[in-house]
Amino acid sequence: MSDRPLILAGLTLFVGVVATPIWHGALDRKAALTAPPIKLPAREKQCVAPASYMRSSHMQLLGNWRDEVVRDGRRQLVASNGKIYDKDLTRTCLTQCHTDRKEFCERCHDYAGVSNPDCWDCHNGPQLAFRSTP
Amino acid sequence: MFMFERALTGSRKYWLWVTSLLLVVLVGSWCYVLQLMHGLAVTGLSRDVTWGLYISQFTFFVGVAASAVMVVLPYYLHDYQQFGRITILGELLAVTAVTMCILFILVDLGQPSRLFNMVLHPQPQSVMFWDMIALAGYLLMNAVIAAVTLTAQREQVPVPGWIKPVIILSIPWAISIHTVTAFLYSGLPSRSYWLTAILAPRFLASAFASGPALLILLCLALRKLSGFDAGREAIQKLAIIVTYASAINIFFILAEVFTAFYSEIPALEEHFKYLFIGLNGDYHLVPWMWLSVLLSWVALALLMVPKWRNNIRLLVVACLCVFVSIWLDKGLGLIVGGLVPSPLGAVTRYAPTLPESTIVLGIWASGALMVTIFYKIALSVWEENR
Amino acid sequence: MKITRKDFLRFSGLALLAVAGRRAVRAVGERASAPPAKPVRWGMVIDLQKCRQKDGCDRCIKACHSTHNVPQFADRAHEVKWIWKEPFQNVFPAAQTDYTREFYGNLPVLLACNHCDDPPCQDVCPVDATWRREDGVVTIDWHRCIGCRYCMAACPYGARSFNWQDPRPAIATVNPDFPTRTKGVVEKCNFCEERLAKGLGPACVESCEEKAIAFGDLERPDSEVRQVLRSRFAVQRQPELGTGPSVYYLV
Repeated sequence: MSDRPLILAGLTLFVGVVATPIWHGALDRKAALTAPPIKLPAREKQCVAPASYMRSSHMQLLGNWRDEVVRDGRRQLVASNGKIYDKDLTRTCLTQCHTDRKEFCERCHDYAGVSNPDCWDCHNGPQLAFRSTP
Repeated sequence: MFMFERALTGSRKYWLWVTSLLLVVLVGSWCYVLQLMHGLAVTGLSRDVTWGLYISQFTFFVGVAASAVMVVLPYYLHDYQQFGRITILGELLAVTAVTMCILFILVDLGQPSRLFNMVLHPQPQSVMFWDMIALAGYLLMNAVIAAVTLTAQREQVPVPGWIKPVIILSIPWAISIHTVTAFLYSGLPSRSYWLTAILAPRFLASAFASGPALLILLCLALRKLSGFDAGREAIQKLAIIVTYASAINIFFILAEVFTAFYSEIPALEEHFKYLFIGLNGDYHLVPWMWLSVLLSWVALALLMVPKWRNNIRLLVVACLCVFVSIWLDKGLGLIVGGLVPSPLGAVTRYAPTLPESTIVLGIWASGALMVTIFYKIALSVWEENR
Repeated sequence: MKITRKDFLRFSGLALLAVAGRRAVRAVGERASAPPAKPVRWGMVIDLQKCRQKDGCDRCIKACHSTHNVPQFADRAHEVKWIWKEPFQNVFPAAQTDYTREFYGNLPVLLACNHCDDPPCQDVCPVDATWRREDGVVTIDWHRCIGCRYCMAACPYGARSFNWQDPRPAIATVNPDFPTRTKGVVEKCNFCEERLAKGLGPACVESCEEKAIAFGDLERPDSEVRQVLRSRFAVQRQPELGTGPSVYYLV
């Protein structure tokens, strides 16, 4: 088979390209294996849900809030500790606690490779309210 | 099974044609990226004229897709053997046209990444939901029919029995895709130009005129470029179909004009006035609409006289006139004319911008590319069997 | 005892049906025994005489647009507006004749979404991004909207606007308490539903110095809007279309 060297070369190239995340990550000395340091909220120690749940499923929670507020009009949440929160990303989460988008949200998002959460296109945060010329 | 490798061998002219089309598609895609980045503000659309060239092209090409039924019905339902060679061409043209329709819808969306919401949250009360069902079904149907019949031809075996009911189903389905598209417009209480029961019949008549006209032109082009001859009988029968459909289409338009202008109801008259006379100083569409009328009458004259209809050169002129005339009416006048004047009486000028027109050209080029590749494959099978 | 596969399947199928049936009966029973909700239908009566007391007044427009981060574009083609004024002859063209145009043809009429009882925009939306709520407010879910603009074609009142580009650069001062929208979605007056949820009145109503806009529950016979409708002759925009607007005009 005169094609064998060509096929083997092509296969090696393909495997090499497809496995880029693996060997590139292994070679990158600067890549940390530990989670990045994030700036926690100054005052509040308790989130609307346990931290482990928030870490794994905050988008599911926010998605549920979206449907419950927009479609059912159920705007208030009674947390497990009895506290009542408004289901409002900006006025509850971002204004009262997670005021620093760069030091909190983006640290983990960048590390985990979450590409462009576009929530910020519409939902304001304290740093996102800005003045510009019309 | 799909034999795409057969499109990879061709003459210099073939590759020149394919490369030029690819270039146009590339430039169109680049303009679309611009639109994705900046929003639909790059088009000439406005708060009053919210739909323009994209949606009108979609409307026009649904008609072209539906016209495949004009070759499928006589052949499969009435055993009209003369259409035997060209049903595959009609089906492949339908696949291409529906794909173009989907592309036109896609480029018109403000949030195209959310397109799947139509599947996740189906709304049966919305005609657009049924349009999605109808078009997706028609695309799938024709793709399967074309692939199966072409493969059977290549293997020189009869088609499998199960394809027959699919082909029969595609006949009423073709009628339904253009009816449902008309229903998108004709059920809206807000637009008096569209709120007419005759819109669906008008759509079908213009589809059955413009589609077969295009098919005739494609067959004649194929005859020139390769040895493939659809057959004199087939071409002439198609020409007769175009003749009747054109005549009916013109009649429907005149019936609309009569109702609008004899009743003298301002809401009915004003859209025709905008298109054919101009309103509030805006008359940039007027010459195009009268051109459409002129071309349709010239075409009808050429088609109604058998001596002229059977003359290939005159037939080409007639088919071009029909196609361009209906493109101007459906692809330019219908949508903008329905939206102007606005519900508050505003006359807002709409003209497509350069990026918008380039995107449209890109989709046209991708359609031409698809037809080229499909017909190359079909022709290669036919040539093998000769 | 040996049971055949057929018998096993038959038995399991019946058992599943029984469970499902019991659930269904329970659900229907719960629905039927739930206390009937009091119907609310938010509505508005705009007194055009009071509205035109102050020439060129646009307090309500400014209040609405600043509260809701509505972008202000210079290009009329791309304008986004939730509430605005148009000459009488544009709004009620059928009520216009050559002999009346001189007097009231150009008088301003305040326009916004009519929050119809049977909105054509709801019928046509392919993804349920816009719908009429139980309380009469026709609302938009900006997360769901695909920007097809079918609702804009369907609205007989021209109430809706589309974001042809990113709106944020065209917002002078962002109100942090209300989201902005993104390019590619449709927006319109929302009857200040976020204020209604807090027991406040709509921004346009509260900001009007002439008290030209009455707002309330059309279903409650003693509400302000019903009282006004009992005392003055009111018209609606294009009622013959069967949309059932919730906005009335005192001419």
